[in-house]
Amino acid sequence: MLATAIIVFREVIEAALIIAIVLGASRGIPGRGHWVMGGILLGLAGAGLVALFAGSIAAAFAGTGQALLNAAILLAAVGMLAWHNIWMSSHGRSLAAEVREVGEAVQAGSRPLTALLVITLVAVMREGSEVVLFLWAIAAGGAGRLGMLAGGLAGLVAGVLVGLFMYRGLLKIPLRHFFSVTGWLVLFIAAGLAAQAAGFLNQAGLLPALGNSLWDSSGLLSQSSLVGQMLHILVGYTARPSGIQLLFYGVTLLTILALMRIVRARHAHTAVNARKA
Amino acid sequence: MNSRFASLLLLGALGMVLAPAEAAAPVYMLTIKAQGFQPQELSIPADTQVQLIISNQDDLPAEFESDDLSREIVVPAHGQVKVYIGPLDPGRYRFFNDFHPSSEGWVVVAAGK
Repeated sequence: MLATAIIVFREVIEAALIIAIVLGASRGIPGRGHWVMGGILLGLAGAGLVALFAGSIAAAFAGTGQALLNAAILLAAVGMLAWHNIWMSSHGRSLAAEVREVGEAVQAGSRPLTALLVITLVAVMREGSEVVLFLWAIAAGGAGRLGMLAGGLAGLVAGVLVGLFMYRGLLKIPLRHFFSVTGWLVLFIAAGLAAQAAGFLNQAGLLPALGNSLWDSSGLLSQSSLVGQMLHILVGYTARPSGIQLLFYGVTLLTILALMRIVRARHAHTAVNARKA
Repeated sequence: MNSRFASLLLLGALGMVLAPAEAAAPVYMLTIKAQGFQPQELSIPADTQVQLIISNQDDLPAEFESDDLSREIVVPAHGQVKVYIGPLDPGRYRFFNDFHPSSEGWVVVAAGK
């Protein structure tokens, strides 16, 4: 039962942490709760579908279908996180002001609400499909399955609680620094997910590894440990990264940062011009 | 921020996406039976990319996972998947069944070609 709880916990915690940070990062954007909830529900439905068709997905593209699907949804999440951060780089300041004056709606162009939906959907779908498959296998199995299902449930609850603590912790950050903290968190998550996607493309034989372990810090901090796993989600920690993973990490980080700077500079410029006029 | 540098890096990454992997990577088989791996130690040559065909003979799904190799793939019940690994330096690389974590095995890479 404990083993089941731990396995489910480890899958749930990945999605829970990402959702907690996205919820924090979108604080003050009106309607975000509905979109995030929609993302969770669609993600659960998607997880069921992926689990249902696990056999055909695995067999697709000469047995590499699953890696390709994972890479595709991870890259979609990276794109959405990037969009969110770039949007925030021009609206974050006014958003922080709005949060201070409760109840004010943010007047802005295309808010990245779809991005919120897609990010949550992807996080829930990816980890959820594994939980569904795993629990399904238990439910179909023989003796002791009630205890194991209870363990699965306990793991699910524990994972959601960790996400909740993370969110509550984020809210303690003073508003002045709040959006820059969540912005950096989202940036590192996006880079880490891009590195994971690179790993899956390499696993499918589509990308060269460019060196298999550039370093090995597994003795220092094992990736299978809880801390190692949490750092893996939050900043993309990898104990033995390949060259291609590091390359994707760096390129994603620099690209999003560059776009954020450009958008912020342009926004400041327009604001100054508007004041002059 | 140097955006031209960033876009150059991005272009480089795109170029590599389009570069095909080695076509003739040798094939190795790994079987999952009674939630364990056979063989438990799989020897592959150093500095060579190989294809690993993992087939699951159980009624339960399994997840082949390895932190050492950065690999993770669900192997459905009675299903078969393909994973590319390497080229690897000599050493021992641990893998396990994430749905049954006590089942583990090693990819063993001997020194020399």
